[in-house]
Amino acid sequence: MIRADRRQVLSGTGALLVAALLPLPGRVRAAALSRNFEPNAFVRIDADGLVTVVIKAVEFGQGAATGLATLVAEELDADWDKVRFEFAPNDDKRYANLRMGTMAVGGSTTMASAWLQMRKAGAAARAMLVDAAAARWGVAAAQISTERGVAQAGRHRAHYGELALAAARLPVPEDPPLKSPERFRLIGKVAPRRDSACKSDGSARFAMDVRHDGMVHAVMAHPPAFGARMATYDAAAALAVPGVRKVAPADAGVAVYADSMAAALGGRKALAVTWDHTGAETRDSQALEAEALRLAALPGFAVVDTGPFPATLPTGARVVEGQFVLPYLAHAPMEPLNATLRLRDGRLDVWAGSQFQVLEPAAMAEELGVAADKVTLHQCYAGGSFGRRATPGREFGHQAGKVCAAWGGPEAVKFLWTREDDLTGGFYRPMMVHKVRAAIGADGTILGWDHRMAGQSIVAGTPFEAGARKRGYDKLMVEGADEIGYRVPARRLGVSELPSRIPVNWWRSVGASHTGYVVEAMIDRLLAGVGIDLVQGRLALMEDERGRTVVRRAAEIAGWSGPRREGRALGFAYVKSFGTYVAQVAEVSRGKDGSPRVHKVWCAVDCGLPINPDNIRAQVEGGIGFAVGHALHAEIVLGEGGRVMQTNFDRYPSLRIGDMPEVEVAIIASGADPSGIGEPPVPPLAPAIASAWRQLTGMAIERLPFARAIREARA
Amino acid sequence: MTTAFTLNGRKVAAASDADTPLLWVLRDELGLTGTKYGCGVAQCGACTVHVDGSTRRACVTPLGSVAGRAVTTIEGAAAAHGTPGRVARALQQAWTELDVPQCGFCQSGQIMAATVLVAAIADPSDADINAAMAGNICRCATYLRIRQGIRLAASRLREQR
Repeated sequence: MIRADRRQVLSGTGALLVAALLPLPGRVRAAALSRNFEPNAFVRIDADGLVTVVIKAVEFGQGAATGLATLVAEELDADWDKVRFEFAPNDDKRYANLRMGTMAVGGSTTMASAWLQMRKAGAAARAMLVDAAAARWGVAAAQISTERGVAQAGRHRAHYGELALAAARLPVPEDPPLKSPERFRLIGKVAPRRDSACKSDGSARFAMDVRHDGMVHAVMAHPPAFGARMATYDAAAALAVPGVRKVAPADAGVAVYADSMAAALGGRKALAVTWDHTGAETRDSQALEAEALRLAALPGFAVVDTGPFPATLPTGARVVEGQFVLPYLAHAPMEPLNATLRLRDGRLDVWAGSQFQVLEPAAMAEELGVAADKVTLHQCYAGGSFGRRATPGREFGHQAGKVCAAWGGPEAVKFLWTREDDLTGGFYRPMMVHKVRAAIGADGTILGWDHRMAGQSIVAGTPFEAGARKRGYDKLMVEGADEIGYRVPARRLGVSELPSRIPVNWWRSVGASHTGYVVEAMIDRLLAGVGIDLVQGRLALMEDERGRTVVRRAAEIAGWSGPRREGRALGFAYVKSFGTYVAQVAEVSRGKDGSPRVHKVWCAVDCGLPINPDNIRAQVEGGIGFAVGHALHAEIVLGEGGRVMQTNFDRYPSLRIGDMPEVEVAIIASGADPSGIGEPPVPPLAPAIASAWRQLTGMAIERLPFARAIREARA
Repeated sequence: MTTAFTLNGRKVAAASDADTPLLWVLRDELGLTGTKYGCGVAQCGACTVHVDGSTRRACVTPLGSVAGRAVTTIEGAAAAHGTPGRVARALQQAWTELDVPQCGFCQSGQIMAATVLVAAIADPSDADINAAMAGNICRCATYLRIRQGIRLAASRLREQR
């Protein structure tokens, strides 16, 4: 149905714009012809036929920009070579993540939540182009076909650019029909990333690359312990550094402003600050771990209780107990946190690679006393995140706002967290401890499962708490342990929270990053304990057919039933997270340094209908590499007085090219609605290595990273 | 007192103090932001540039040390004379075809490191690649495609000879 009152025209540009939120029944867009027309659209076509898709998700490597553009281009029947994208401004009315109500990327929801919305935007544009062609040629719309940016009917032919101006004057269809999957030309096919070239020649603009005349560079002297605050400071030596322009208290520390980043860093080095540790977290990691273990011994909040551990067990049954310690982990995205803020004439302009494009600039504006409607985000590429750029309390946004406020001038202020600030600045994956006692029958039936865990809640004290704590406990702490993919008749799960001022946050795959390890390591040891094959044993315990399919497929491509290579073992793990099913086989040997060496990983994944198979492969490869690096070597340790010991990549080692395993991916041809792919490849990898390591050495790894567990076992 | 050197084939004079890290001179004074800050202590390789044809971590290279020398950054890599330019173009082509970058922040440094490798070794082995690229961290772990990209570019360059 077509309604005239939903017409949208961008006057004077020869461009066609289609409403962002289709359909919005009854809503009149009367401002369409106004000069103040806002970019409330997803697709724009210019007179040359160039298609620009407006991207509402942050692009930090996961491929969301290409993926969202693919959905629009598919329904538009665009020529992929003529599709470009640009980032949306801060505007929740038009660009909110439909599952979150605000612009945000998280929980691997981008494609799942925008799957229909973006296709409708493309389909509406196509329908208008077809209508324009029909009017021009005097033929029925039904007689017109479209392909690769060209409309055609008999001898009539026009590329989209030629139709754009006429189409822009037509009403927007309310509910344009969508293609059936067998007609897809881009979805599930080849749609190369649109940002590869600019990321290979240095021209991609990240927030850190933003430059303005007279721009001021700022860094902060941050408190040396979580919860500490500046007590006194002496700016004299800092101000004596050439190029330093100002030193001022900001947030809990002291900000240094300079003409260049080099001068700002020099000024910070020269700055003398004393700190007030009242109320700071001064415990070291050992003390925190002891406290977490004490808490994990308590029953905790009963998340699951389907029956007690059986009092007696049948003959041949085995009991396995495990006490797992998973460390604090930093995200360490390649581009550390930074933003450029400019407060001028009552308006705030922000340049950032923001993951909360409305909430974060609003936090900045709040600190500067600027109304929310007077702040404009100029979204840039973000150099990685893995969860770091989205904190529920928007702490970086508030801090950047305070730093800009303390400057006080109309110049643009570029505020940077150095790598040291990043690694010592918190918002870690929380340390978690799990104690599990489980029993398996000789036939592979699980007979009982008592599971207690403790650690810091990610959402405690944040604006996200109410939502995540609906049932009384923090869902994000236990996800992956509350519902498990294996049949267990009697199971108990209790969770206790460890209060601390250490800022913690979601880290690529959130709860599953630790629950996946614990559940899979236990299943591995249970099945091995009664001599049952790790694949067949899992299949016998699983009901979800999609899960069973990835388990079978991973085993198949890895040659699970065939012979192992000399000195190598195959480990297996399966984790469902964010609606996506992933099974992995890891081929592992003892490395020269005594740690596991991961040679190859086979991965079967079902993330629903595969939108961009090559991007799915890329995310699986990268997710596996991310997981290997952390599992083998990474942890954040608090030393004396609560000071973080890892200050840079020398002590927080990252995976390097020589340790990257080969990866082979099988994507299940699923017809289910798309689910996420950014996070789900991470959780199965560490337990798959543990499974292989157990087979190689007989050692059950109950502490990550592996290097530390193995070192301590030797000592 | 300025420091004169050749930057991407052109003579420049930088006014920053001689002990200022080249990274910040390039980014803040000279406006070339393709060279990235990732760690500041020569651990991650995001700031890799060429000085007289060899890789250098710009974050620990004092401006004064490049006086009179030839510096190439990612912005000038493809236009460099002779073999380095030819290699950089082939690598950038391969990177684009294989969709190597994810977040992309480390890739300037990866390309600069790979350019020196392939310019020196026409058919690099896995061990050669591991050795030459060990100093360049990619937190997205695009290492498989970095390796494929190096291989693809190197094989095309061999065919051209």
